[in-house]
Amino acid sequence: MAVKTPIYLDNAATTRCDPRVVEAMLPYFSEKFGNAGSRNHRFGWDAEDGIETAREQAARLIGADAKEVIFTSGATEGNNLAVKGAAEIYAKAPAGQQGRGHIITCTIEHKAVLDPCKRLQREGFEVTFLDPPADGVITAEMVRAAMRPDTILVSIMWANNEIGTINEVPQIGRLCHEKGVIFHTDGTQWVGKMPTDVERDCIDLLSWSGHKMYGPKGVGALYVRRRKPRVRLEALIDGGGQERGMRSGTQNVTGIIGFGKACELCLVEMEHDRERLLKLRRRLEDGLSGRMEVVQVNGHRDRRLPHIANISFGFVEGESLMMGIKDIACSSGSACTSASLEPSYVLKGLGVGDELAHSSLRLSFGRWTTEEEIDYAIESISKAVEHLRKLSPLYDLYKEGVDLSTIEWQHH
Amino acid sequence: MAYSEKVVDHFQNPRNVGSFGSSSDVKTRADIGVGIVGAPECGDVMQLQLKVTADGVIEDAKFKCFGCGSAIASSSLATEWVKGRTVDEALQIKNTQIVEELALPPVKIHCSVLAEDSIRAAIEDWKKKNGIAVAEEANAH
Repeated sequence: MAVKTPIYLDNAATTRCDPRVVEAMLPYFSEKFGNAGSRNHRFGWDAEDGIETAREQAARLIGADAKEVIFTSGATEGNNLAVKGAAEIYAKAPAGQQGRGHIITCTIEHKAVLDPCKRLQREGFEVTFLDPPADGVITAEMVRAAMRPDTILVSIMWANNEIGTINEVPQIGRLCHEKGVIFHTDGTQWVGKMPTDVERDCIDLLSWSGHKMYGPKGVGALYVRRRKPRVRLEALIDGGGQERGMRSGTQNVTGIIGFGKACELCLVEMEHDRERLLKLRRRLEDGLSGRMEVVQVNGHRDRRLPHIANISFGFVEGESLMMGIKDIACSSGSACTSASLEPSYVLKGLGVGDELAHSSLRLSFGRWTTEEEIDYAIESISKAVEHLRKLSPLYDLYKEGVDLSTIEWQHH
Repeated sequence: MAYSEKVVDHFQNPRNVGSFGSSSDVKTRADIGVGIVGAPECGDVMQLQLKVTADGVIEDAKFKCFGCGSAIASSSLATEWVKGRTVDEALQIKNTQIVEELALPPVKIHCSVLAEDSIRAAIEDWKKKNGIAVAEEANAH
C-alpha cells in the first residue's frame, strides 16, 4: 500500500484548488487583467464578462438569479455583511438607542457570526444564543420557541464546521418566512457539497466561500434575495459602489473567475463526490471504532455532512495524538492546538465534556482523498492512540474501573 | 508548532513509563510517594510515583501522563532527573530548568510547572506516609 505522505485530511479548513479552476484563472492575471469597472475599453469589458459569467455559475449552484449574488472576500465577510448589514436596515430603533430588535443565533456558530452578533448586542440589539442539544442539531422548534414579536433576524449555519451536523435549514427558513423575519445561513461547509436551492430552502441571505470548495482563497459570495421579500443590507465597505453598492472596492477578478469555475465544477460533480465522501467517512469511523475502545463519534449519528468526521479518543490528549500522527494533516478540539488555549467551544457546547473535547480529532475529506489514505490514517491513528494510552494515567484508572468523574482533581 | 528535538525524543521514547502498582495498591505503601496533578478537563494530568528508601533517596521513578507532547516530555524528564537524588535535592528542581532543557515555548511553560508540582506532590505524599513534616513551601503553587 503505497501512500504518499503527508496525507491531507483537513479539507474543512481549506481544500486544494482544483487544477481546472487554476487554469480558468490564469488568463485573468496577465492577459485579461482589466478592471471590471473600466466601462470604455476591451480590458474592462473582458473582466466584466468574466465576472458576470462567474456570477451566473455561482447563482446556478444555489438556485438563485445572478443578480442576487454579491462577491465578497470570503465567508467571514459574507457573514459580517449579512448579519450587521441586515440588523442595521431592519433595526426597530436608530443607532445609539436600546431595543433595536431581537436576533436569534446559536452558540456553536462560527466566530464570524458569533462575534458580529456580540457586537450588535453592545449596540442596542438583543441576541438569543440557542444552546444545541447533545446531537448538535438546531431545529425549527428551537428557533420558534425563541421567536419574539421584535425578532428581526435569524442566523443559523447550515452545517457545523467542526462536527458536520446539519441544522433544520429549510424548516427554519419556512418558519422565518411565515413570521416575516430575515433568515441568514452560513453555508460555508454546505454549499458545493450538498444540493442547495434558496427558493425551496426559504433562504434570504446565504454566505459561502471559495476555498472550501476547491476554489481559491480570498473570495466568496453572499446571496441576497431580491424578491419575496426584497432584502436590503447596509454596506460595510463604502466607495465605488461595486456589487450593487453592497460591497465597494475593485472586484478580485481572478479570484471571482476561479470561484465561478469552482461552483460550476461542484454542481457537476456533487452527486458523485458526495457518495464517495460518505463512503470514506463511514470507512474511517467504522475502522477506528472497530479497532479501539472508547472511541466516540461526535455530533448527530446520521444528520451529518459526508466529508467531516469528529472523533474523540478517550484518555488521550488531542495535541499529543496529532504529534503521534505527524504525517496526517488534521485538526483537534484540544486546547493546546488553539490560539485561545481553550478546548473547542463547539464540543463543549454539545456537552461532550471538556476531557473528550481535549481528546478529539477532526478529519475532513475532499475530492482527492482515497480509500488507501483512509486505511493509512486508521492504522496510524490506532497505533498512536495505543502508544498514548500506555502513557495515560486516565486509561489505567478506567481499566481499574474507577469512574473519572468521582475523582477530585487538582485544578490549576 | 515545531517541537524541539528533545521533546520529540521524550515523546517517542518516554523514559520510566509505568507505575509501582494500581492506584489502590500504592496508596498504602510507605516506600512509594504518589503525586497526581492537573485535571482531565484542563487537558493534562500527570502522575508521578517515586520509590524512596527509608533514608530519603529516590531509588526509582515512574510516570504516566495525559497531556500534550510537552507535558509528556516534561514528566519523562522529571523521572530521569529525580532518580538517585535525595528527596530534598529533588525538591530543588525548578520548572525553569525543565523549560530550558526541553526548549519549551512560552505557551508550554505550564507543562513544566505541572512537572515540578508532581515532584513536590509525590514527595509530600511520601513524607506524610512516613510521618515527616511537610514544609510550607511545598504548596507554593
